[in-house]
Amino acid sequence: MQKSKSELQTEIKKRIAVIKFWDRVFLIIGLLSTLVGLVLLFTLMADLFVNGFPRLSYKFLSSFPSRFPEEAGILSAWAGSFLVLLVTALASIPLGIAAGIYLEEYARKNWLTDIIEINIANLAGVPSIVYGLLALGLFVYFFKFGESILTGGLALALLILPMVIMATREAIRAIPNSIREASYALGATKWQTVQSHIIPYSTGGILTGVIIGLSRAIGETAPIITVGALTFIAFLPTSPFSSEFPFISFKWLFDPFTVMPIQMFNWVSRPQQEFQLNAAAAGIVLMIMTLLMNGLAIYIRYRFRRKIKW
Amino acid sequence: MFKKFVLSMIAIIIMATVNVVVAGADDKIIKIDGSSTVYPITEAVAEEFQKAKRGAVKVTVGISGTGGGFKKFCRGETDISDASRPILKKEMDVCKEHGIKYVELPVAFDALTVVINPKNDWIRSMTVEELKKMWEPAAQGKVMKWSDVNPKWPNHKLSMFGPGADSGTFDYFTDAINGKEKASRGDFTASEDDNVLVQGVAHDKYAIGYFGLAYYVENKDKLKAVPIVNKGTTKAVSPSLATVMDGTYQPLARPIFIYVAEKALTKPEVKEFVTYYLSNAAKLTKQVGYVPLSKAHYDQAMKNFNGKKLGTGFGGKNEVGVRVDELLKRESHL
Repeated sequence: MQKSKSELQTEIKKRIAVIKFWDRVFLIIGLLSTLVGLVLLFTLMADLFVNGFPRLSYKFLSSFPSRFPEEAGILSAWAGSFLVLLVTALASIPLGIAAGIYLEEYARKNWLTDIIEINIANLAGVPSIVYGLLALGLFVYFFKFGESILTGGLALALLILPMVIMATREAIRAIPNSIREASYALGATKWQTVQSHIIPYSTGGILTGVIIGLSRAIGETAPIITVGALTFIAFLPTSPFSSEFPFISFKWLFDPFTVMPIQMFNWVSRPQQEFQLNAAAAGIVLMIMTLLMNGLAIYIRYRFRRKIKW
Repeated sequence: MFKKFVLSMIAIIIMATVNVVVAGADDKIIKIDGSSTVYPITEAVAEEFQKAKRGAVKVTVGISGTGGGFKKFCRGETDISDASRPILKKEMDVCKEHGIKYVELPVAFDALTVVINPKNDWIRSMTVEELKKMWEPAAQGKVMKWSDVNPKWPNHKLSMFGPGADSGTFDYFTDAINGKEKASRGDFTASEDDNVLVQGVAHDKYAIGYFGLAYYVENKDKLKAVPIVNKGTTKAVSPSLATVMDGTYQPLARPIFIYVAEKALTKPEVKEFVTYYLSNAAKLTKQVGYVPLSKAHYDQAMKNFNGKKLGTGFGGKNEVGVRVDELLKRESHL
């Protein structure tokens, strides 16, 4: 039996209505899913701020830990976090960039590079505690660096190295081949091409990757505890500058240390309510540090993108 | 120009490195690690000691747990080890292997509290047997209601809260109540964060839980402590500073220790630190919510320390209901 034209029309309209209905359903599901994450994040942040904000003060930032919650501060914790990150950056940036450039520009495509690539991708997913154990065996016991800032920094450098390598490769891959060809056409060697074209053009992407890696490293606790970071430290590492010749000193590299997440964890596990507030305040400082670093990453990416035109 | 700059930078870096190697160990550092239970006391002592020495001596305190602390201690990596239980046989063997000798010093009491909701009106006190019936491994899946423990108690679901299996508190409670360390039913709400346990019991009329006395003292308004019947006197005793100190709150109170390495005593600052620890422990222990030993105990501990009484009085295993004065006079072994 043939359907009349109007019947067909209503059927098509109905079908369209059903499809559009599902379209809207998915829109709402998607929106709700997004909101769950955001609302949770904001609740957490609001909770942290309400609890911790009254404790934030110059004194909190400039005091050592104490058994009296109102006298306790995070000076040794943030100084420790800062110095560890400094070591991490100094170690992971040159290594990661060099490895990335090699893999992208120099390495031949063969089974060896394939294996290296697969391994780097896998390393990025290894739990951080494993890096802690590796660092404990390698840096603490084998190289005898002790339970020091140097060990902590190198452990975190291992952790973020795959991220830096990947970011470098992504950034280099985004450079059009015509740039390289133009450079070779003018008689430049490979290193000259890398030095004056590849590196400058990929700096934005690389730095973004580095900073995102570092902002992950700042919140890491497991590997740092494994290599023997301490909880109570009421002194600062040796100053890197001295009044005597040769004026700079690397002694701080071998000093014991603590970091922000460890200090927070210790306070959370205390019975006194006031210590919980301290932990919240330390959480705010840690979050501000992370946000600042991420903001810097966005800014750098923006600056470098604007400068480059091809 | 650029090359010159690089060369001079390298020269400076090499010199600075040499400097580090040459001037390696001029700092006075006392390294302490171990139990998280003892940590607050040691932290308080370290804080005061560093203030008194005006920063001339640096003290570091870590939290590796009693077992983790002994591992480092017996390898000779730390000067002092915090311990919430005596050193065990296998740890003593490791120490012997590395030639580490030590002095065992009790520094305070750690008391556990069994807590219930303030609205709970059927519990006046509990015996160790009742607690055992509730917490022993055989109770799992069977003792699910209050009336399963004692028919006079309500026929209502029993909600149980306790610390996780990694905690020293869990070890001690299971040892003291169930007779064997780590032997416990597994179907209770466990958390390493004692504040979670406090919240759990505070919001459920039919809840029971246990944790360190300090957490109860901080949350007295939300919780009720259960008096525990002392096996010797058959009297129910509530946990408090006085009952823990005079030894009547048993078996849920135990001494906690520091172990000082003999070779660290060649450093005058370590000797000074331990002396400072024992002389000020009474005051500082109370400030951080623990129960101090009596003055006689501290005096005897000081005597043991000055006389370098090496070894442990326990013989390599844990012990429930030990008396501190008797322990300090025991013959000790390495």
